Amino acid sequence: MTDLSVDLGFIKLKNPVIAASGTFGYGLEFEPFIDLNLLGGFVVKGLYSSPREGNVPPRLVEASSGLINAIGLPGIGVEKFSEEVLPQIRKYDTALIVNVCGESEEEYGSVVEFLDKNEGISAYELNISCPNVKKEGLCPALSPEATFSTVSLVRKITSRPLITKLSPNVTDILEIAISAQEAGSDAVSLVNTFLALAVDTETRRPKLANIYGGLSGPAIKPIALRMVHQVASRVNIPVIGMGGILEGNDALQFLIAGAKAVEVGTANFIDPEATVRIIDELEEYCQKKGIDRIETLIGSLKT
Amino acid sequence: MSGYSSARMIKDPRARIIGKESWRDYFLLRLESPRIADQSRPGQFVMVRINAHHHPLLRRPFSIHSNSGKTIEIFFQVAGLGTDLLSQKSLDETLDILGPLGKGFNTEAGLEGKTVALVGGGRGIAPLYFLAQELRSSGAAVRIFYGGKSQADLPLRENFEKQGFTIFCSTDDGSFGFKGFVSDLLKAELETFTPARIFACGPEPMMKKISGTARQKSIPAEFSLESVMGCGFGACWGCVKRIKRGDGEEWLKICEEGPVFSAEEIVWGEEEG
Repeated sequence: MTDLSVDLGFIKLKNPVIAASGTFGYGLEFEPFIDLNLLGGFVVKGLYSSPREGNVPPRLVEASSGLINAIGLPGIGVEKFSEEVLPQIRKYDTALIVNVCGESEEEYGSVVEFLDKNEGISAYELNISCPNVKKEGLCPALSPEATFSTVSLVRKITSRPLITKLSPNVTDILEIAISAQEAGSDAVSLVNTFLALAVDTETRRPKLANIYGGLSGPAIKPIALRMVHQVASRVNIPVIGMGGILEGNDALQFLIAGAKAVEVGTANFIDPEATVRIIDELEEYCQKKGIDRIETLIGSLKT
Repeated sequence: MSGYSSARMIKDPRARIIGKESWRDYFLLRLESPRIADQSRPGQFVMVRINAHHHPLLRRPFSIHSNSGKTIEIFFQVAGLGTDLLSQKSLDETLDILGPLGKGFNTEAGLEGKTVALVGGGRGIAPLYFLAQELRSSGAAVRIFYGGKSQADLPLRENFEKQGFTIFCSTDDGSFGFKGFVSDLLKAELETFTPARIFACGPEPMMKKISGTARQKSIPAEFSLESVMGCGFGACWGCVKRIKRGDGEEWLKICEEGPVFSAEEIVWGEEEG
């Protein structure tokens, strides 16, 4: 029997597999397919203080081994979430992480302040890196200063663990990760999607109404892995790795590169059972290799 | 508003292909999937994984074309890499499918003894065979309107005829039946009869025209919408359509709230501007 649990310091997960925000709805969408209790955790879709409509369609286009999305963070808002959704999902014996969004720094603060009044939330993931809500992918995670100031503001409001979700659309992601750490973030999760464009050659128009979207899926995995390795080697807080994980082997690569846990995103669309299958595949690997504790794999890359 | 909501979504990783027919670039696959067939209603759809590799990455949505209780059929036209690869599958291969998904057509409300019109444009005929059979068995008189670019784009005409359905055909080039769009054929025929309800599926301009005709004549109408979908079960928010709800309009998920919507609900052409 392998011990799959991982200790992030602020929370212990029963296994390192977390369903990623924006790909897992509010968790309820996956009840017909999997037992949510089996997950290390799940991150619910990003919440603002008010309900939001999201972007005009087309919102999705497939790329080679990838998906470009410009959904634009539609959602029910924090009040409806607390009243209607949270009571249904906090019963699960798994880490419930809420992805927090804001049009302004103050909004991140007010969303967290509201959610703090509710029981059953294990941590917040600060979504400072969605590329689809402002022009040309603008978001706080593109600048160390904006990252520091957003995380600091939220840090003063809540004592719950904060995970800051980083953008890969920067020159030096390590610099941003360090800003998040210095501002009091308990962990960083990376990477969000890569700003991308698809062109329709018949019409010479962008394939997405938003023009740009965020690329996810296996196409981004090698770059995401490199970024996770760079950040995990240099920061003192845990790194949660993500980017194109479809199989157990992909998750293993992130753990070996230094991630303490992983998030599984696009895979949930293709196979709603992906998270649970990946957990099984991690266990199989450990048994085959005679590994008693999966934690011993973390950061074990031989360089 | 309408129809049947999927109580249970099932992943069947091994739906066996037990029948395959083809006409030019149109294909009909029969899949053995008793658990999905058992739950499926007309207008619902399945998400089909094309292969176990990374490309193409996403599943593809297909309306349930027919349902024997143990098997379902999907009907499609090759339109890109996904459907091209799917068209090359052979008998006895298995497909990983999710279903039944979405809310289907509203077949419950008092259509017994009434005449209904089912209008399919091109591959939009896909969900109407299952619907036609269901409506007929509940006692409705079904008239099919089937349009395509030319005669070769009406591959399912004979299947409907064999089942004894009354079918009216149109082709854009006049190579078979009425020359012109199926929406115009329907409009002309509506001078001679008034259906209790119109059900339609096809290109958006066709459905928009039919919606206008139905409104003029005060005939209730339902449309099955097509969209690129990321997941098919409400998790990605990728497949939205502008829909009237209450006093306002919302971007609603086609996969979850549809794919069938009533004429009064749909805001046509909003996203083309």
